[in-house]
Amino acid sequence: MHLDHHLESPAAVSADARRPDGSRRALRIGLGGPVGSGKTATVAALCRALREELSLAVVTNDIYTREDAEFLLREAVLPPERITAVETGACPHTAIRDDISANLEAVEDLEDEVGPLDLVLVESGGDNLTATFSRGLVDAQVFVIDVAGGDDIPRKGGPGVATADLLIVNKTDLAPYVGSDLGRMAADAKTVRGELPVVLQSLRSEDGVREVADWVRERIAAWTA
Amino acid sequence: MSRAALLVLADGRFPAGGHAHSGGAEAAVRAGRVTDAASLEAFCRGRLHTSGVVAACVAAAAALGADPGDLDRAVDARTPSPALRAAGRRLGRQLMRAARATWPSPELDAVASLFPKGAHQPVVLGAAARAAGLGALDAAYCSLYEGVSGPATAVVRLLGLDPFDATGVLARLADDMDRVARDAVETAERVVSDGVGVLPARSAPLLEIGAEAHAARAVRLFAS
Ligand SMILES: Nc1nc2c(ncn2[C@@H]2O[C@H](COP(=O)(O)OP(=O)(O)O)[C@@H](O)[C@H]2O)c(=O)[nH]1
Ligand SMILES: [Mg+2]
Repeated sequence: MHLDHHLESPAAVSADARRPDGSRRALRIGLGGPVGSGKTATVAALCRALREELSLAVVTNDIYTREDAEFLLREAVLPPERITAVETGACPHTAIRDDISANLEAVEDLEDEVGPLDLVLVESGGDNLTATFSRGLVDAQVFVIDVAGGDDIPRKGGPGVATADLLIVNKTDLAPYVGSDLGRMAADAKTVRGELPVVLQSLRSEDGVREVADWVRERIAAWTA
Repeated sequence: MSRAALLVLADGRFPAGGHAHSGGAEAAVRAGRVTDAASLEAFCRGRLHTSGVVAACVAAAAALGADPGDLDRAVDARTPSPALRAAGRRLGRQLMRAARATWPSPELDAVASLFPKGAHQPVVLGAAARAAGLGALDAAYCSLYEGVSGPATAVVRLLGLDPFDATGVLARLADDMDRVARDAVETAERVVSDGVGVLPARSAPLLEIGAEAHAARAVRLFAS
């Protein structure tokens, strides 16, 4: 009965897996983490790696400019109509967790206008270690930290590091210059995350996003199974 | 009717997208017109007695069951700035999403399908109040309160204004809100009998001009 109600409705109101017309909506993956850790760079690399095999779109949440969306447009990782910028009103975590309406609207509009889509990547505006995505907005979340932010971040934990479906420790190429101990970061991450996966990557290296792209492929396979 | 439902709808944390908007306060701050608690109060009072009156009458009329299409056109006609019209529809669409999830109702579904990209926010607010079992006075209060609390919260973020001072501003506007809300209900009752032509058409030209300037800015904290 609940389902019928949604099928008749002109717009989905929540995280329902079906669109109003009954088709399956795109898998939504959120990328969060501190400012500058490499979220936009990871989104760009994922678009390049996956755009031939998947129908993709991106939602960025910029804090006070359209910088991230413009970077992705400049790099031409996707056609412009597949990239939408959401304005977050000085509170990036509110827009991905407490009040997700603007982001849901952006996702729905992308599906309406350039769909059908397989995957929508939602990049958070960049926040502190407590920022996480609502399950009403994304199906899986990736938390991106970098080695230059200090190798004690995995030990400090916090909801993003501890509970994200995937933790990326980015910029491993910089480890020797900033004195970060990668082995210790990986071990600390394991301690706070248990069985949840961790990827150490450098986007400066050839095919640096490969492991994360494979993880996304697995999620897509599970979503469409 | 449930009075507690009014608290749910009027709560600043009701997830309807308002947190990303400043109600024109960011443009006023950038233009140097709002600099402290006193100028914030003048700004909010001005908003309350101009666009606030219109929005409250529309919300109250929608809560009484006036035709949403007529009301929506009336708001368009009273909002010269395209940027403000766009922001109002966006907020209406987001409020509709939250309201339908919170108070499922065939009437809300009908308004949503009439306006897939959003009706003006006060039209949706009135319909949401109706779905929540609230009355026209409640809808008017909600509309007026968020019309001033949005700018006050935004100015705390924009200027680092003392949050106690900002809350004091809202408290000092309470009597004005009471009066405007009562008048809005009277107008709304006349809308039901005589049509949307009796709606007031007060406007604040600087809010309209500021909204256009704000929409053209490359760097801003709030969407409107
Ligand atoms: N050395 C190095 N720099 C990186 C890497 N990934 C991203 N960057 C750079 O780090 C800066 C911030 O990246 P960005 O993706 O914008 O961070 P965001 O704020 O998390 O979106 C940019 O200058 C990127 O080019 C990496 O793996 N290695
Ligand atoms: Mg970014």
